[in-house]
Amino acid sequence: MEDTNKDKPNSRRKFLQLGLGLGAVSVATAVAGKALAAGPEGGEKSAPSASGEKVKVLTTDGKVVEVDAAQLSLAKASGKFVSPSESHIGIPGRKFVMVIDLSKCKNARKCIEACQEGHYLPKDHEWMKVFLMQDANTTAPYWFPKPCFHCDNPLCVSVCPVGATYKRSDGIVLVDTDRCIGCKFCMTGCPYSARVFNWNKPEVEYPSDMKYSPERAVPQKEGTVGKCVFCADKLRKGELPRCVAACPMGVLYFGDILEDSVTNGTETVRFSELIRNRAGYRHLENLGNMPSVYYLPPVDRQFPVDSGYDDLKPELKERFKNIPYIKNTKLKKP
Amino acid sequence: MTTYNSDTLFKEFKPQIEQTSRSWFIWFGFFICCFIFGVVGFIRQLTGGHIVTGMRDNVVWGVYIVNFIFFMGISYAGALISGVLHLFRTGWRKPIIRMVELITVISLVIGPVFILFCVGRFERIPYLFIYPRIQSPIMWDVIAILTDLVGCIIFVYLSYIEDLALLRDRSSELKIPKWRKKLYKWFSLGYKSTPSQVKRLIFSRNIMAAMIIAIAIIVYSVLAWIFGVTLQPGWHSTIFGPYFVIAAVYSGTGVLIIVMYLFRRMNHLENYIKKQHFVNIAVLLFIIGAFYGYFTFADYLTKWYGSVKMDKELIDKLFKDYYWEFIVANYVGVLVPMIIIAFPKLRTINNITIGAIITIFALWMNRYLIVVPTLETPYLPIQDIRPDWVKYKATWVEWSLTLAGVSVYFILFMIASKLAPIISISEMVHQDHKHVPDEPVQIL
Ligand code: SF4
Repeated sequence: MEDTNKDKPNSRRKFLQLGLGLGAVSVATAVAGKALAAGPEGGEKSAPSASGEKVKVLTTDGKVVEVDAAQLSLAKASGKFVSPSESHIGIPGRKFVMVIDLSKCKNARKCIEACQEGHYLPKDHEWMKVFLMQDANTTAPYWFPKPCFHCDNPLCVSVCPVGATYKRSDGIVLVDTDRCIGCKFCMTGCPYSARVFNWNKPEVEYPSDMKYSPERAVPQKEGTVGKCVFCADKLRKGELPRCVAACPMGVLYFGDILEDSVTNGTETVRFSELIRNRAGYRHLENLGNMPSVYYLPPVDRQFPVDSGYDDLKPELKERFKNIPYIKNTKLKKP
Repeated sequence: MTTYNSDTLFKEFKPQIEQTSRSWFIWFGFFICCFIFGVVGFIRQLTGGHIVTGMRDNVVWGVYIVNFIFFMGISYAGALISGVLHLFRTGWRKPIIRMVELITVISLVIGPVFILFCVGRFERIPYLFIYPRIQSPIMWDVIAILTDLVGCIIFVYLSYIEDLALLRDRSSELKIPKWRKKLYKWFSLGYKSTPSQVKRLIFSRNIMAAMIIAIAIIVYSVLAWIFGVTLQPGWHSTIFGPYFVIAAVYSGTGVLIIVMYLFRRMNHLENYIKKQHFVNIAVLLFIIGAFYGYFTFADYLTKWYGSVKMDKELIDKLFKDYYWEFIVANYVGVLVPMIIIAFPKLRTINNITIGAIITIFALWMNRYLIVVPTLETPYLPIQDIRPDWVKYKATWVEWSLTLAGVSVYFILFMIASKLAPIISISEMVHQDHKHVPDEPVQIL
């Protein structure tokens, strides 16, 4: 699971390493090499010899600069263990955002699989869900991937009686399953059904040396809630969340709203431009929870909706039997 | 107008606390069996995890929360009714006031236990006190319920002191085990009816009566806000606070009628609890029932008339999947008791009790319809093929614990009625005002 990124071109990973790992370092000095070497671990290292491979990166003020690939790897933080109490503090200077391009989704379910693998979830726990939405009988159906929205005004956090779920400075909402009493109030509070309860002991094998950190949310505990964590553990290391890295269609973009950039792994774009040009919106804006996840409307589709349905296993097809479109086109007897 | 004196009353009620009949033991044994069944269910839930309940990711709260609201409602109703009856010196309250007070305390002890069944990790309940977050409505509820519990216990205890002192003074005449005599001695706190003690007792009881009325209203509104503050369709309603309070009083009045009926038969209190008592409480039931019907109508009408998508989905669900439950909770539960009470011919003790049973059943159903269908109607459609994930169905574990809760209710009542007379002797003897008749006044 850890190496989902390996088969992807190098450059996009490197982008995030600079972007996420070195956000605090000003760009002008960053490219100078020396300051760049002062990674999050602190301490100055001698600049490595140039590899010759140049990487394009987008700076906080919107300039594209070229940096040597060898230097970039230095910015990578170690996979240091983040304890539950440390996990309350967000990554400094960051505000994460996700953009989901509905015109490209064909329900490949790779995001779900990557998420389940990475967080050791049982097969029936989907922190990332893909819905088939059809808002009305007369409107077009579309695939709708839905992680936790990491709202800026999260009701789940407000209602938790013991502070087991919390919002960090970088926008991420986490759950500490060592603290959670399992009252499920957050589940009734969340209007987006983002939370999943561990009704029994998760029937999965965990690596024996796995220490619990809310950032990766592994292992899950019986009688507590779990949900998408934006892969906070990956972000610490300067990598993309597992679902983003796994999507073969490049549907999911992830980035930093302060840096105004998001990437889906292959292309890196300005967040504000993307939202402006593609009429991005947030789901159920009227509820006022202010999600950190934006959607690009399903216009100019790259795939017909059917392509996400026809190859599904029968039990997955079952899920969508009440959607008018499916009822009318697929389930109708000739 | 009958005046009672404590000597005759003591003699009359003495056998009730001295002897226990066979049928008492049979019933007691029966309720203990039900309770043990609940324990089995609880052990099953502890070992098997919450998966053995019918609760799933969408309907995360089920019968447990319904029971919690239900018992808390009865308790608040008891507090309200006894507080009001006490403060207004209603003469006919005297034979029934102790029952109302017991309803208050006993339901208040049982209600919160259902929360323990509902939370995923009940061993972490102390976290509520170690890591409290006052922003959470659950915390408001914890504070409110604890306040209420303390307040109600004090209120009820104060009303017991005089009787306990009487039992202590005359314990030589009682054929009861020694420990019980000791109990009377300790708990009567050296009360000797000296003028200053009497004055202080009356004063504190009046204060507590006024306070628990306020506490009951506040606390039940807070409970309603647990639902009201969320954004769920059907819950996110400003009417929920007062609606819950009214519904609570409605169900509590029903419980009072049933308790009156049972004790009247069991302890042969026909001379004390008369038909007029039933009729008077029934009139109360009628008025509150009208309010309850009105609130219910107002709440559903506004949801139905508009066309907000989620509200419409919820109403459609109520009228499709929950048609009979809806009819029972909101039509039968209001109209049948009201019709029984409205016609003098129908107003017999048995009929009124039947009306009360219908009320209680309907009100339980009403809470079910508030909790479950809403959770089955989330903003994002449930796209799941596991039937239990789509529609909630309580399992035997949940029913066993519900049954256990009800039996504990009876068990505690049976024990309480053995410790001290179920009709407050001191209350019967006291003269409130010269002009207040002790016979029930005919309201209707
Ligand atoms: S279930 Fe856990 S995280 Fe959710 S509100 Fe309750 S204690 Fe907080």
